[in-house]
Amino acid sequence: MGTGYGLAESERLPKTIFEQAISGNRRSLAKLLTAVENGEVSHELLGISPRVVDGSVIGVTGAPGVGKSCLIERLLSTWTSDGLKIAVIAVDPSSPLTGGALLGDRIRMESADNNPNVFVRSFATRNQPGGMPNAVVLAADVMRHCDYDIVLIETVGAGQSEIRIVSVADRIVLVEAPLRGDEVQAEKAGVVELADMIVVNKSDLEGSDRAAANIISALEVTSNPPPILLTSAKTAVGIEDLAVQLRTLPAKPGAELARARERLLTAWDSALLSRKDINEVLDGLASSENSAQEWVEKNLRW
Amino acid sequence: MRIVIAKPGLDGHDRGAKVVARALRDAGHEVIYTGLRRTPEQIVRTVIDEDADMLGISSLSGAHAFLFPRICQLLVEAGCIDVTVFGGGIIPVDERPILFDSGMRAIFGPGTKMQEMSEFVGAVISRVSSNQPVGVGEGGDWVWSSGE
Ligand code: B12
Ligand SMILES: Nc1nc2c(ncn2[C@@H]2O[C@H](COP(=O)(O)OP(=O)(O)OP(=O)(O)O)[C@@H](O)[C@H]2O)c(=O)[nH]1
Ligand SMILES: [Mg+2]
Repeated sequence: MGTGYGLAESERLPKTIFEQAISGNRRSLAKLLTAVENGEVSHELLGISPRVVDGSVIGVTGAPGVGKSCLIERLLSTWTSDGLKIAVIAVDPSSPLTGGALLGDRIRMESADNNPNVFVRSFATRNQPGGMPNAVVLAADVMRHCDYDIVLIETVGAGQSEIRIVSVADRIVLVEAPLRGDEVQAEKAGVVELADMIVVNKSDLEGSDRAAANIISALEVTSNPPPILLTSAKTAVGIEDLAVQLRTLPAKPGAELARARERLLTAWDSALLSRKDINEVLDGLASSENSAQEWVEKNLRW
Repeated sequence: MRIVIAKPGLDGHDRGAKVVARALRDAGHEVIYTGLRRTPEQIVRTVIDEDADMLGISSLSGAHAFLFPRICQLLVEAGCIDVTVFGGGIIPVDERPILFDSGMRAIFGPGTKMQEMSEFVGAVISRVSSNQPVGVGEGGDWVWSSGE
């Protein structure tokens, strides 16, 4: 559906909606985010420049069910009682077949529905490569302009999206939990090397100490291991510490190249997918024997 | 379509709402499920923040007569007149007219086929694109009747 439906004609201009959003109108912010998500607006159109990395946009990633949403809820209540305004972008996968999505992170975030200093918005991946919608970058920038001090981005820790998060967030927190075949997990996930902090959640459960120990031993072989914190979103143990540390968390040294690589890949993917002829290209690939590799070699030169 | 599915009040029957949420997802929509026990105010805020096109509300506990019109009223007051509101659960037929009067466009009882709900959403989409009233505050007397 259209972005401005229900608003008067003059209020439908992105710039006008943006001004209203900045002055605190939630509905305008929500409508603007829809336009961002649909790719209808850009930094230029809104008259803003891309944000300078300052640690205020924090990615929270990790396997399904480790407690990312519950931890975010804890952070929301801690930070807002310190007087901060916090926005959340919760990313969930779209079905590649139907395009539909079930966006369920909000359920775990009580503050999303009643705290005036919190704004939670669910994003479907809409099948963008890497499981990270490109629009998240502008969405986070817009939220920062609307006076939200910190933007948290929750992403499904499956496949590549764990790594793609580094191209949109200033800092990455990787959440782990006990009882998930921990050791192997920590070693195979490339994001371990990119994470600025690792949180072992569910410390109230048996096995969390062992999970932490396993991660530490897996990290010992890497240089500059990030800080590791034990938390329980259930009992609130470790939450104060997490909330404090996240506000001044330094970027992991040595990860710059890997981050630049992900940013490049994200930009490249989105340039490719926004080609005018992309549907013809896809139809062609789907209906013929030509390989994608051949198409790339023939058509993409630089 | 972006669709919020909500469970207002103290009603703990969430099977139907979850089934509907999943079915709408499988029909290609982006569905935000609120979870149990939300107040009308919380539901309206979710609709606003998520910029939903439609809101589906579920009640099996008998509290629909109060909660559903209240939600519709709050939506209109917040300026969300273009949001289409529909619902389901245990809602006696003779109690439905009052809900339609408050702006709801469809009520689905037990045993409703998912096919029919999809057809309803399809009808809403085509009304929106032809500028016919279908939102909670847009008036007109169109409500869904099966077999349309
Ligand atoms: C399963 C069930 C339970 C389970 C609920 C499990 C759960 N997590 O959902 C349990 C055992 C917990 C339970 C408890 C109670 N229940 Co009970 N329960 C039922 C039962 C047998 C089936 C409900 C169900 O899940 N159906 C399957 C789903 C898929 O169907 P549905 O919910 O109707 O949804 C369909 C449509 O209604 C519609 N729909 C529903 N919501 C929505 C929303 C939208 C947006 C749309 C488009 C469509 C839609 O689409 C669905 C698919 O067709 C019904 C009787 C019945 N036959 O309906 C009683 C019933 C609902 N329960 C009843 C009662 C009284 C209770 C209790 C108060 C005490 C008791 N006697 O057990 C408690 C209260 C719980 C609470 N906190 O609210 C009464 C309600 C009476 C009333 N409204 O006047 C019923 C009708 C039984 C009866 N005949 O007395 N219950
Ligand atoms: N025991 C215990 N359970 C927790 C803790 N944190 C979260 N949980 C439970 O773990 C389950 C998943 O929590 P979520 O916060 O939804 O996890 P998530 O990582 O956001 O999950 P997805 O968004 O599905 O990837 C819920 O049942 C929570 O109640 C914790 O610290 N201790
Ligand atoms: Mg979650």
